[in-house]
Amino acid sequence: MKEIFSIALGAILVNNFIFAQFLGICPFMGVSKKIDTAIGMGVAVTFVMGLASAFTWLANEYLLVPLNLAYMQTVAFILIIAALVQFVEMFLQKSLPALYTALGIYLPLITTNCAVLGVALLNVQNGYNFIESVVYGITGGLGFLLAIVLFASIRERLVFADPPKAFEGFPIALVTAGLMALAFMGFSGANVFG
Amino acid sequence: MNIGKQLKEGVISNNPVLVQLLGMCSTMAITTSIANGLGMGVSVLLILTASNVVISAIRKIVPNKIRIAMYVVVIAGFVTCVDLLLQAFLPAIAASLGVFIPLIVVNCIILGRAEAFASKEGIAASALDGVFQGLGYTLVLLAMCIIRELLGAGTLAGIQIMPASYQAIGVLTLPVGGFLVLGTLIAAMQWALSRPKKAAKEEK
Repeated sequence: MKEIFSIALGAILVNNFIFAQFLGICPFMGVSKKIDTAIGMGVAVTFVMGLASAFTWLANEYLLVPLNLAYMQTVAFILIIAALVQFVEMFLQKSLPALYTALGIYLPLITTNCAVLGVALLNVQNGYNFIESVVYGITGGLGFLLAIVLFASIRERLVFADPPKAFEGFPIALVTAGLMALAFMGFSGANVFG
Repeated sequence: MNIGKQLKEGVISNNPVLVQLLGMCSTMAITTSIANGLGMGVSVLLILTASNVVISAIRKIVPNKIRIAMYVVVIAGFVTCVDLLLQAFLPAIAASLGVFIPLIVVNCIILGRAEAFASKEGIAASALDGVFQGLGYTLVLLAMCIIRELLGAGTLAGIQIMPASYQAIGVLTLPVGGFLVLGTLIAAMQWALSRPKKAAKEEK
């Protein structure tokens, strides 16, 4: 239980996927102009990261490792993730149309989100068991959600700011993200369960 | 086919990182030392060129509906090759780049160029596009590495450059530095591109 909590705390705050590991920067920058869309993207990413952790862990443990195909991890994982995203999309469309319309446009984008492939690879690299992998996936997603929602709420106000012309738009957003990363560094002491 | 124009687009006016704003995860994550930046840049250059060639070669036989999946498989294949080669011949670089080598699969530069260029143009032009876009990416990585390593640690490729009295700005080698340096570089690029009126920014 202690390990699980430590993994969760680490993934959400200390080793936040965005601010400490640089995974998933593209959607973080791309869909953070409004809080609503940021929440949609964050929830979709959390959902897919949790599922992807579970499925890639099972595939790795029961297919790739017994067959000595561990070197095919990258190819296998990206195919699993792409297929998973497609199935999630079809499933939601059939059974939860309300959620589907809310997440709709973000789901296909998630296939190329490096946080999803990243979490699958990190699970293997860190030697997590099934439960730990799923927890790491979900809490990593929650960390992403936290980061993107905070960032979107700053960016909504940033529209009214008046930066130097060269910094307008993207660069000032990056600098803002940098300052947020600085704030998140404060958590690096919070290694409660070592 | 216009080699000079493609070179200029890849390195300056349509630079993959500074103008198209693609592939930022790896750009910020691994640019803490020159060896890392060079290893990553050359890996991406090779994979981008190889995948551009293959995707251009198969562009007429791939059904439109499953083209993205096909591209991803082609790219993942080449990434696995480079990953294994690095582990075999440059284990130190492979270890320090870690998870970011397999993550080249989802680097938007490669899929972006496949979709925007290689799926429409001939094989030779696509190969050149891969080389020049890869070069543009590598140059940005090196610029970031030099700034972050020189100012953040006072060294270049591990050799002490700054005088001993230089107070290193340690924060630049941390994740924060990645955001700040990249933001400043993009701002510099926007400033440079907006100066002469003729260099109209291409719509992406």
